[in-house]
Amino acid sequence: MSEEPPGWIGRRVARVEDARLLTGRGRFIDDHPPLGDIHAAAIVRSPHAHARITGYDVSAALRMEGVVGVITGADVARSTRPFPVGVTAPVHYHCAATDKVRFVGEPVAVVVARSRYLAEDAADAVRVDYEPLPAVVDVERALEPDAPILHEAVGTNLAGHRRLVYGDPDRAFAEADVVIRERFRFPKYGSTPIETYGVIARWDDVEEAYTVWSNFMGPFIMHGLVARVLGVPENRLRFIVSTDIGGSFGIKSAMYPYLALIALAARQTGVPVKWIEDRREHLLASSSGTDRVAHRELAATKDGTVLAMRYRWLDNVGGYIRSPEPGCSFRPVGNFVGPYRFQHLEVDASVVMTNKSLTGPNRGYACGHLYFETERMMDLLAQRLGLDPVELRRRNLIEPPQMPYRSPTGGLYDSGDYPAVLERAVEIARYAELRREQAAARTAGRLFGIGVALAVDPSVSNMGYVAIALDPQLRAKPEYLPKSGAVEAATIKVDPQGRVTAILGTAPQGQGHQTVVAQIVADELGLAPADVTVVDEMDTLTRVWSISSGTYSSRFGSVGTSAVALTARKLKAKLLDYAAHLMEVPVDQLEFRAGAVRPKHGKGASYSIKDLAGRAHWNTTSLPEGMEPGLQATGVFGFAEAQPVDEHDRVNSSNTYGFIAEVMAVEVDPETAAITILRYATVHDAGTIINPMIAEGQIYGGALHGLGGALFEELQYDEGGQLLTGTFMDYLVPTASEAPVIDIAHVVSPSPLTPLGSKGLGESSSMTVPAVIANAVSDALAPLGIGITELPMSPTRLWALIEGARRAGRPA
Amino acid sequence: MKPARFAYHAPASVDEAIALLARYGGEAKLLAGGQSLVPLLNFRLSRPAALVDLNRVPALAYIREDDGHVRLGAMTRQRAIEFSPVIRRRLPLLAEATTLVGHLPIRSRGTIGGSLAHADPAAEYPTALTALGGQVVVRGPRGERTLAAGELFQGYLTTTLVADEMLVEIRLPAMPDEAGFAFEEFSRRHGDFAIVGIAAIVVGHRGGRCASARLVTAGAGPMPVRLRAAEEILEREGLSDAAVEAAARRAAELVDPPSDIHASADYRRNLTRVLTARALRRAITRLNLLDTLSPAPGERAG
Repeated sequence: MSEEPPGWIGRRVARVEDARLLTGRGRFIDDHPPLGDIHAAAIVRSPHAHARITGYDVSAALRMEGVVGVITGADVARSTRPFPVGVTAPVHYHCAATDKVRFVGEPVAVVVARSRYLAEDAADAVRVDYEPLPAVVDVERALEPDAPILHEAVGTNLAGHRRLVYGDPDRAFAEADVVIRERFRFPKYGSTPIETYGVIARWDDVEEAYTVWSNFMGPFIMHGLVARVLGVPENRLRFIVSTDIGGSFGIKSAMYPYLALIALAARQTGVPVKWIEDRREHLLASSSGTDRVAHRELAATKDGTVLAMRYRWLDNVGGYIRSPEPGCSFRPVGNFVGPYRFQHLEVDASVVMTNKSLTGPNRGYACGHLYFETERMMDLLAQRLGLDPVELRRRNLIEPPQMPYRSPTGGLYDSGDYPAVLERAVEIARYAELRREQAAARTAGRLFGIGVALAVDPSVSNMGYVAIALDPQLRAKPEYLPKSGAVEAATIKVDPQGRVTAILGTAPQGQGHQTVVAQIVADELGLAPADVTVVDEMDTLTRVWSISSGTYSSRFGSVGTSAVALTARKLKAKLLDYAAHLMEVPVDQLEFRAGAVRPKHGKGASYSIKDLAGRAHWNTTSLPEGMEPGLQATGVFGFAEAQPVDEHDRVNSSNTYGFIAEVMAVEVDPETAAITILRYATVHDAGTIINPMIAEGQIYGGALHGLGGALFEELQYDEGGQLLTGTFMDYLVPTASEAPVIDIAHVVSPSPLTPLGSKGLGESSSMTVPAVIANAVSDALAPLGIGITELPMSPTRLWALIEGARRAGRPA
Repeated sequence: MKPARFAYHAPASVDEAIALLARYGGEAKLLAGGQSLVPLLNFRLSRPAALVDLNRVPALAYIREDDGHVRLGAMTRQRAIEFSPVIRRRLPLLAEATTLVGHLPIRSRGTIGGSLAHADPAAEYPTALTALGGQVVVRGPRGERTLAAGELFQGYLTTTLVADEMLVEIRLPAMPDEAGFAFEEFSRRHGDFAIVGIAAIVVGHRGGRCASARLVTAGAGPMPVRLRAAEEILEREGLSDAAVEAAARRAAELVDPPSDIHASADYRRNLTRVLTARALRRAITRLNLLDTLSPAPGERAG
């Protein structure tokens, strides 16, 4: 990375977005220009975890100053359809509660008033009559026969269950020298973007159409679903996404029910309605990852070769299974085995509904859970066999000659050199030196530990993976329509002066798309990034897009950049053809170099982009026969490997797969159980890195997010389903003060599947940090016989483990 | 998160503020730095009929030293205390405690009077006031009264101030020159309220003897707890390692801490022991440093 790259790709180009963001001129949803007669919404939310709604009285609220209307669950039931869910169980999920409430914070009514203050005053006056019901928040309790049932139509709290078998795990376990079993708990945590959800909706009764402005990030499949819920054709529902979104980390993909709810409020009250989620609402009811109970089994030979694994999961999706759940279990299906060679796997996944808030994609979507369990199991195996954890992993890694590698679950790992990445992490962490320090520290009675964690980092979900939640027999029926794909579009225009505009419909949340697109277009067309204007604002009515469009699943670095490169190349081909026509030479004698079409050999006239653009716009008859006038191109890039799930439950659930290797050293204070991170090294292979500065920003952010889940963040509930962490005093997010020094290195294995060789990197270390720090702390506490099986490792929890070990007489 | 409707008053004097409090008969709230009250208003957990904003009463912000005491106006900002040379010289424990209050923007707005009147048991100032043996001056329609820390704090977020009274001044005796001190705190993140905090002051003599000791908790009960029996161990047995350990163990027995999502009662009791020992060690190190820097007793002037 130290060599200066030949073009703009690979350089630390300063972000064009930053000038406006740092001077307070970002354009976020709350900055939207005023609309005439706009009103504010306040949402009335359930104080009960589980209750039947027996009536509403909105009369007092309607009499209050400035109030123009109140929408209740009765209106929702009458005027909207429920959202489809990703399982066959009959779960009726509406944009607000209609019959029962199933978690604290569930929307039950919307008050529309002249200002947010007046709307909140009136929200206090909305009376909802409830008949409280017993609540259940624990996944294991929820499956007991006498547990309260959330959805009577389903008859059980089990929203879905699949048992997936790959290879012959029973035989592998029978033949194994060593079997390891452990139970893990992973906490429910989300993201806390600085900007919360925001929606502005308007109903036009002349055009009979909705316009909905928001900071929704996609996937835009949800556009069609919202249209269906609202009962309008898709071209009568226009989604416009604000220029800037203040962070998301996956969470804003789950805001779509509010798009329907606020749209309904606008239509019923006859005024444009604006709703900005406040922080209380965000912590109560936005979205989070699932809390999970996992039972893991691992079978290995005595030399440390892993033969098979069994995963048994109970994932807690809260009060309703909201799409794209049960992605919490299945999103990583193609990389279930991680970077290891074992061929036999059994996965038993239960998706359970309880009286907690709803779940959905949260940075790393289920990969944090997956690798926490797997990497802890690898360390337990190393411990059992007396092997160094790095050595154990070396013995199990997929080797470079096996690339591209088809995993037993159907994933196609497109490229990578996993051993090289691991060795690089060992090198920059100075692993051998750390082990010597550890030996000295242990002699002195200090609790010093070193952790290792590896992860295959999947990017660009294949839409088709969600069908794995369905039984193969159902998928085999002729009326079943398979799903697949991962698509993005881009348009590039050259104006008559030769300046370039690139237009995308992705919805970035701070990732720097404008900067990266300008770098790519500049390289492809021989320009400077400053010559390229990038418009990256989603408008479903005017942009070219597909149902998988959006900025989620680390898509942009892989599929978004591919669409841009493809489109630029299309445009370049047109410029070559046009120049060949003007120069009257065969096109194969010309090349595109330094912003102009030139003869490959010898001297001769050249045509710059500016020359060609002027002619193409001003003198369209100069174009060859059959060539469209003007100079623009639209490209749609799709991955051919994004196939539907096959009859053996195999699916390539992502399209590009990077790799992460991390080493961390920690010390645990034996008196307070405080954890200090002494060293943290992370090495990533995300193929071609377009802008290392932006890539490293993602790694820092991902690592902090993972640290949150590992040490600080948990949406905790009491047994009655009341949220105990409803403010930032109790829901603890790591800040700059808690951030460790991070040593980052890259290894580059370009993807053969993308024009630039790039892969996604947005989720990055969020999926490895819970594992690496749990391994490091377990190693530190090994002399006490303690291994971490549960996160977050709060000091009080960790101290209880240490104290328990001391009481049991193990040496401190 | 918008507050319920309230009337707003910005008096220019203490008398005017007290008159407003009397007029609303307990339905008004005083707004000082607003670092706790404003979130409570936004959550609608507090719904006063009126806010009486003290930020336009300039006479309430001062730090004055006289006659062995330091007097602070109730509206003195925490940031001013943090950087005050008088506080650093006369009340270094208070200066150290202030660096642990929230984050910089919080200290820029937050006031000492506001923090004491809010009486959060995990906050630093109620503990510092108790450890320093300070008093507060309270004024109401019936005149002024002076309360020691023990007379001010009544329970969790509760003081003995009545509805038409306001805290106007804090009076703290200057710390003796031969005092070692430390404010130790354990929180999950930098700037958070303490899970447990310990303020320690030891006034020493040569030879490891201890003339007097102060040990006060934060976060280990509904209000600051002075650990008198632990102090006595030091006063009796001196400042040896063994005495420090014994005092720390005794400290843990003296508290009856709460359990919550951040820490169990057992863990808080453990922290009380650990932090008492750490605070004492640091205080004693400071004391010894003073000893090495200052002349022997016979040579000391005055």
